[in-house]
Amino acid sequence: MAATESKKSVTRLGDRIFSRTATFAGASILLTLAAVAFFLFLQAWPALLPDADFGGKADDGPLAYVAPFVFGTLYGSVIALAIATPLAVGIALYISHYAPRRFSQALGYVVDLLAAIPSVVYGLWGILVLAPFLTPSYQWLNENLGWIPFFEGQVSATGRTMLTVAIVLSIMILPIMAALIREVFLQTPKLHEEAALALGATRWEMIRMAVLPFGRPGIISAMMLGLGRALGETMAVAMVLSPASVISFALLTSQNPNTIAANIALQFPESGGDYRSMLVGTGLMLFLITMAINMVARYIISRRAEFSGAN
Amino acid sequence: MSAVTSSLQASASLPRWYNPAALLGSFSLALASMTLSGFEDEAGNLNLAAVIVIGYLLYMAITFVVSRAVEGRRKSVDRMVTGLVTAAFTLAVIPLLSLTYTVVSNGLARLDATFFSNSMRNIVGEGGGALHAIVGTLELTGIATLISVPIGIMTAIYLVEYGRGRLAKLVTFFVDVMTGIPSIVAGLFAFTLFLVVLGPANAINGLAGAVSLSVLMVPVVIRATEEMLKIVPNELREASYALGVPKWLTIIKVVIPTALAGIATGVIIAIARVIGETAPLLLAAGFTASMNYNPLSDKMMTLPVFVFTSFANQGVDTQAYIDRSWAGALTLMIIVMVLNLIARIISRVFSPRG
Amino acid sequence: MSKRIELRNLNVYYGSFLAVEDINMVIEPRAITAFIGPSGCGKSTLIRTLNRMHEVIPGAYVQGELTMDGENIYAPEVDPVKVRRQVGMVFQRPNPFPTMSIKDNVLSGYKLNNSKMSKTEADEIAEKALVGANLWNEVKDRLERPGSSLSGGQQQRLCIARAIAVEPDVILMDEPTSALDPISTAAIEDLAVELKDKFTVVIVTHNMQQASRISDQTAFFNIAGTGMPGKLIEYDKTEKIFSNPTQKQTEDYVSGRFG
Repeated sequence: MAATESKKSVTRLGDRIFSRTATFAGASILLTLAAVAFFLFLQAWPALLPDADFGGKADDGPLAYVAPFVFGTLYGSVIALAIATPLAVGIALYISHYAPRRFSQALGYVVDLLAAIPSVVYGLWGILVLAPFLTPSYQWLNENLGWIPFFEGQVSATGRTMLTVAIVLSIMILPIMAALIREVFLQTPKLHEEAALALGATRWEMIRMAVLPFGRPGIISAMMLGLGRALGETMAVAMVLSPASVISFALLTSQNPNTIAANIALQFPESGGDYRSMLVGTGLMLFLITMAINMVARYIISRRAEFSGAN
Repeated sequence: MSAVTSSLQASASLPRWYNPAALLGSFSLALASMTLSGFEDEAGNLNLAAVIVIGYLLYMAITFVVSRAVEGRRKSVDRMVTGLVTAAFTLAVIPLLSLTYTVVSNGLARLDATFFSNSMRNIVGEGGGALHAIVGTLELTGIATLISVPIGIMTAIYLVEYGRGRLAKLVTFFVDVMTGIPSIVAGLFAFTLFLVVLGPANAINGLAGAVSLSVLMVPVVIRATEEMLKIVPNELREASYALGVPKWLTIIKVVIPTALAGIATGVIIAIARVIGETAPLLLAAGFTASMNYNPLSDKMMTLPVFVFTSFANQGVDTQAYIDRSWAGALTLMIIVMVLNLIARIISRVFSPRG
Repeated sequence: MSKRIELRNLNVYYGSFLAVEDINMVIEPRAITAFIGPSGCGKSTLIRTLNRMHEVIPGAYVQGELTMDGENIYAPEVDPVKVRRQVGMVFQRPNPFPTMSIKDNVLSGYKLNNSKMSKTEADEIAEKALVGANLWNEVKDRLERPGSSLSGGQQQRLCIARAIAVEPDVILMDEPTSALDPISTAAIEDLAVELKDKFTVVIVTHNMQQASRISDQTAFFNIAGTGMPGKLIEYDKTEKIFSNPTQKQTEDYVSGRFG
């Protein structure tokens, strides 16, 4: 009785074709990203050459040109994140633990509606409604708290400031962050919550003891997600911000560093030659910055996953 | 018998009417003080933002003091947090209401037959419409869907049903990277691709716009399809194999039909997301005032770009341009809401029971 | 119909792990053979080698010979998919296809494989299979309803109808009643006894009473310890295994001392 090792020596034609097609589809993802990197670099390359001619728009060289935009991108997004995170946690808590249960799904839908609004509409609203609404407040802040570096400078008369942009951005990233955090809060093990309540905790104390620690990795996850989205946001910034090529922390003036994405949107259609190459280069930078943040986020989350309550 | 209060007795609690009364009181006080002190801006309007902020701060301050005195420290902290959390939610709803109100009230002005039956060709000032933009949006989103759905679904099938080993890990990692591509980078890519392939004269066209949208759509379709395929119980696959059905037929005739409702929902949500994208289309498809049905030649207008250019490039009669911009915004929002609604209906009605 | 199965020196591997060691046995046609034994003894693994289902798990393979009426189903040129068309299987939890009607579920062995048949043929085959599974009277008026609209016991009979519709030679049942209530269990057991007239039936069961009630031959498997391979300890007529087993392990198991 010969002992034969059974191998997959017979595969059907249909199986072979289908599995190869599926594999090819997967590989096409790699191909596409490689193509993105390749074509962008190809187009950006001339801007890095020493004899590049930018038509007077970047006399101090590409690095000096980009610097304010990198600053603007990071600054606006960080402020947006600072505003959005506590709000998102609050909203998620409200829906998961404070509102009557019957309404929680409906309330979730309401917040999700914010996510369905296209960014160009946010831009219109930001410049035509929000900015004028906030202008008096900016004036008050500038007059009375102008000694704080953020509020110094010549206050804008139109409200088209970095702070307005940060507020619009925060509203835009709020719904995804709130949805993610709400999911996590809803998954807090009932056991932990009941244990806290059994110790005589008030609702807030129970949340502090059971829900927040459990939800921490989720909150960090949401923050990274929100940051990534804010960094890439284009139209709202392009429409609301009043730009200037400066690096400044002032939040209330008309002289604000633009973001990389908004700058490209505004300048690209009319651009040409080496200047256009440089714009592509800034786009490549934005891509790399966003990728880096994603990877850092992934690393942080995988480290913390071991300690999360999910285990 | 000493007068010892039983430890089970509920400690004093603020009455139920406290909250509405305190809120009403605080905001009235704020309103009054603002009006009376004459803190107005140049136009003589009341600073509404200040009223809201001051009213809220007053409420919180009063509540803190009163509650602490009557209910004790722990309960007062609990009350403060409840106030904070509720404020957070309200703060989210206010922009939503404001946005909806603004778009609807401003957009209705031009939501007329002319708007939907004309382009902007030869229009400077009043009149004109967004027909060219609407047609463009429908065409380009349609093409993007045709490109993204097959690739997205097949890649998801690869990852769930076949992928093991290094290639699969790479693919899943890069799908994540793709999810995070800023939309303007997708636009730059599509523009550059067509620039190299077709030369500078023909680089900007509808197809380039569709390609940039596909880059943004594919990862969303992949992730949604993956989720749905993973939910299909393995027992169904086993039942099919046991009947002597080969793997590929099992996937096509058992797994996908079972996951179909979810996949359809995911695709529609992906469409709703990209239909509002402006930046990549601005770069890759350009903008024009005329009708263009042909995605392969010449610039094509799309609705979100229409909204932007109507606002940014105002001509002689600025109000007309702004009106058109809002009308376009309203149309866009209606389309997005309808798509979301359809997705929800499909997922409710068509999920396989049992 | 109803083939005779012979296992010779069969070893079942998952990767490098030997799950079942050196099985030699003959499974008679037109009879019910039961596999019993404690959890993890390999009986489910072994029954899946009878239709090459264990190969669905990557890295699983066998050494040795497994013949049906003399044909080695593990010969290199044999297509596992074709083997599975000749061997039907019923699983522990009923798994009718949720997107298909009752009738389409019964015919799925044909339809999923793109077999063309006329409407009258389809109706005949479906009725015959549902009659054979003792389900016809209960569903004949609602053949177009979804397969998942039936109760648990009915769903399992539907799965049996699905299995016998393609007229296999062997029917494998992997703990078919563990998820069912006692009444449905009795119905399935009666059905199994009817089926043995036409098919070779192999049933894995955790329930010794079930094995003693319905099977003609019983095989008892055991493992020496965790991580060790499962082995065939004793294989004989059911009456003998339960009243007068030869091996002490067998006696310990059937009298409830372990497992």
